Amino acid sequence: MSTASPSRTWKRPPLIKDTKLRYGLLLFVIVYFIAAFFSYEVNWARVYEGLDRGWEFIKAFSNPDFVTRWKDISAGIWESIVITVTSTVVGIILAIPIALGAASNLAPKPVYLFCRGIIAVARALHEIIVAILMVAIFGFGPLAGFITLAFSTIGFIAKLLAEDIENISKPQAEAVKSTGSGWWQWINYAIQPQVMPRLIGLSIYRVDINFRSSSILGLVGAGGVGATLNTAFDRYEFDTAAAIIIMIIAIVLVLEYVSSFIRAKVQ
Amino acid sequence: MPVISKGELKVWQRRDRAKQLKIWAMWFVGVAIFMFCWKIISDATTWFFVFDAPRIAADIGGRAWPPRWEYLSELWKPMWDTINIATLGTLLAIIMGVPVAFLAANNTTPSRKFLRPFALLIIVSTRSINSLVWALLLVSIIGPGIFAGTLAIAIRSIGFVAKLLYEAIEEIDTTQVEAIQATGASKLQVIAYGIVPQIMPAFAGLSVFRWDINIRESTILGLVGAGGIGLYLQSSLNILAWPQVTVILIMILIAVLISEWVSSKVRLAII
Amino acid sequence: MLQLQNLGKSYKTGDDALKGVNLEIPDGQIVGLIGPSGAGKSTLIRCVNRLVEPTTGKVILNDVDVTTLSAGGLRKERRKMGMIFQEYALVDRLTIMENVLSGRLGYVGFWKSFLRKYPQSDVDEAFRLLERVGLDHMVDKRADELSGGQKQRVGIARALIQDPEVLLIDEPTASLDPKTSRQIMRLIAELCKERNLSTIVNIHDVALAQMYVERIVGLQLGEIVFDGPPEGLTPDVLTQIYGEEDWEATIDEVSDDIDDDINEDGIDSAKNTDKVAKDITEAVSAP
Repeated sequence: MSTASPSRTWKRPPLIKDTKLRYGLLLFVIVYFIAAFFSYEVNWARVYEGLDRGWEFIKAFSNPDFVTRWKDISAGIWESIVITVTSTVVGIILAIPIALGAASNLAPKPVYLFCRGIIAVARALHEIIVAILMVAIFGFGPLAGFITLAFSTIGFIAKLLAEDIENISKPQAEAVKSTGSGWWQWINYAIQPQVMPRLIGLSIYRVDINFRSSSILGLVGAGGVGATLNTAFDRYEFDTAAAIIIMIIAIVLVLEYVSSFIRAKVQ
Repeated sequence: MPVISKGELKVWQRRDRAKQLKIWAMWFVGVAIFMFCWKIISDATTWFFVFDAPRIAADIGGRAWPPRWEYLSELWKPMWDTINIATLGTLLAIIMGVPVAFLAANNTTPSRKFLRPFALLIIVSTRSINSLVWALLLVSIIGPGIFAGTLAIAIRSIGFVAKLLYEAIEEIDTTQVEAIQATGASKLQVIAYGIVPQIMPAFAGLSVFRWDINIRESTILGLVGAGGIGLYLQSSLNILAWPQVTVILIMILIAVLISEWVSSKVRLAII
Repeated sequence: MLQLQNLGKSYKTGDDALKGVNLEIPDGQIVGLIGPSGAGKSTLIRCVNRLVEPTTGKVILNDVDVTTLSAGGLRKERRKMGMIFQEYALVDRLTIMENVLSGRLGYVGFWKSFLRKYPQSDVDEAFRLLERVGLDHMVDKRADELSGGQKQRVGIARALIQDPEVLLIDEPTASLDPKTSRQIMRLIAELCKERNLSTIVNIHDVALAQMYVERIVGLQLGEIVFDGPPEGLTPDVLTQIYGEEDWEATIDEVSDDIDDDINEDGIDSAKNTDKVAKDITEAVSAP
């Protein structure tokens, strides 16, 4: 190598070194996309027809109709907010002990596996599917939505909080332990201060997610503004739909603003 | 200072009185809000059904088992559609989201006054609306089917991809960019050599992450007619065919677990 | 010949980082720029190739006024000014070869550079330079796998492949151990002589500067307070630049060290030091 010939060519080294694997993957991707492409049956005439309606929908945004169905809209939004508040609070309260149990550096193995199991189940199914089951069991109304979102809040907060607890600074934890503190004191002095900012950040983020989700639960009868939205689309009342969507976006924006404010204060 | 002198004694408290009162007041307000919200839910609930819930749950559970495994043969096609909705939707979202991210990032946007707010508006509006709502809208505009579902997934994901990517772009190491600028490179070359390699891991990571989320989301789009396995879930629920519902749920669970496994593998391989 | 005329920079915050600096560097001269942190050393270097936009004054490189150039003209002029950075500023996730070739970006079009299709002459030159700095055996390694000294040599190769007329060097040794620092400084000094480059080296280590540069410029609060040969750095002068301190030790150290430092096989021992440094790093970071 040291006696370099005057003309050495150079090529960028490929991302995947194994030639067989590289071309195999490439072939797989190409075949997949061709197969996927041909399994689409698009009714272009229907799409073309729809363009008018699409345009109407966009126009509706410049002239949203808050008035005609204001009663339905306000009731729906209000219910969404209520579901968001209750499910987030209950979800977080239940998530904290589960997170402690799901942190491998705190909990004994059986507790750890049990709590991780709860988290896995809570995260695996989409909220809408859970909501369908809850509506079947508890009947129509916001209670089903509340239970659904509290359940998925547990999965979300407990998983991320447990990961954060597992990543805490060991010296601090050891220092507190070496003072002869009890287990609860240790949690209170060594763990809690380290994970608190993260917990607050996650909780606020979850408020945001829960509100967005609560706006669709109505589609399956679990309360919130989703039902109104669904009706509006079914009747092609795009101006009402636009009004609802604008309200959702506005509330999400406010939540995002508040959350960045609080997060900046916490850190 | 929360240290109060009482004659010779210095009394230490964690917080001084005003601060302590303020914190109590905040807790009080918080609890009051929660109780108020809970009352609203409680009023809207028929508690008779709720007390009956254990029996109903047991009843549904009894009917749902054993699963009707023969139904599986009808599910392969919708499952294939579901995967396509998620994959092609994610791909479309990436194609549209990447330029939006570069327009939105403070250090790459060509115009801070005009294009950046526009890009941020796209990000906020696509992100705030759930993909199910997008599906609802698209089904009513272009008709039911997996095409509407794919577009719904794509639109919802634009904001996600663009937001995470533009944050990554804003966090890059600027000296590497300076070094490339100092060679006399053009703007595009600075992006290709100074910025793109730095954001590549974040980009690849968030793409597979979003794909993973989209597999989950696309399983339910059928509920509003946007294709995939959700259609079959909907029709099975409508005829109360619980053994079929069980099969579908098991299938969805397996798909979600596999996609989560794939995405975590790919993300590990990238870093 | 590089001329700075009345070069000034005020930041938006109101800080005057540079106050009318006049400096003339003939071809082939290495100027060591010393001064306390915040004296404006980095700003001065970055004003030359307009990574920082100067507010007043001119930068003239062989009769071209860099400060009045359009964006396109500036890019052309930047090709003639190689720059070497403190934290190496290699693009971490590109290979050594790609990093070196990135020095040619001003000469090749976008698509050619995007597809990594550089002219063979550039690739030859890249190999030659990597050989010169002792790294031609690892062209396809990623930059973040290298040790500090190796990274800085890639940085040098990247600057030189531009075929520059001027070298701008910002704290080349600040992140390196003492031995590697000397090897890097020696390499820079040799290369500047070989290619007859006007060079500004911005450097914290006064002793190191005295060893390898032929002219020292002392900067304090954005103004030149000393300009002369390294021998001119008396304790009085250093006090003027940096403030009150016992400077005898610093200057003594220089004369002691020069002799044992110069060895014949600079590059080879450099490799060894890097290896040792790497071993140490690994040993330290191992659990």
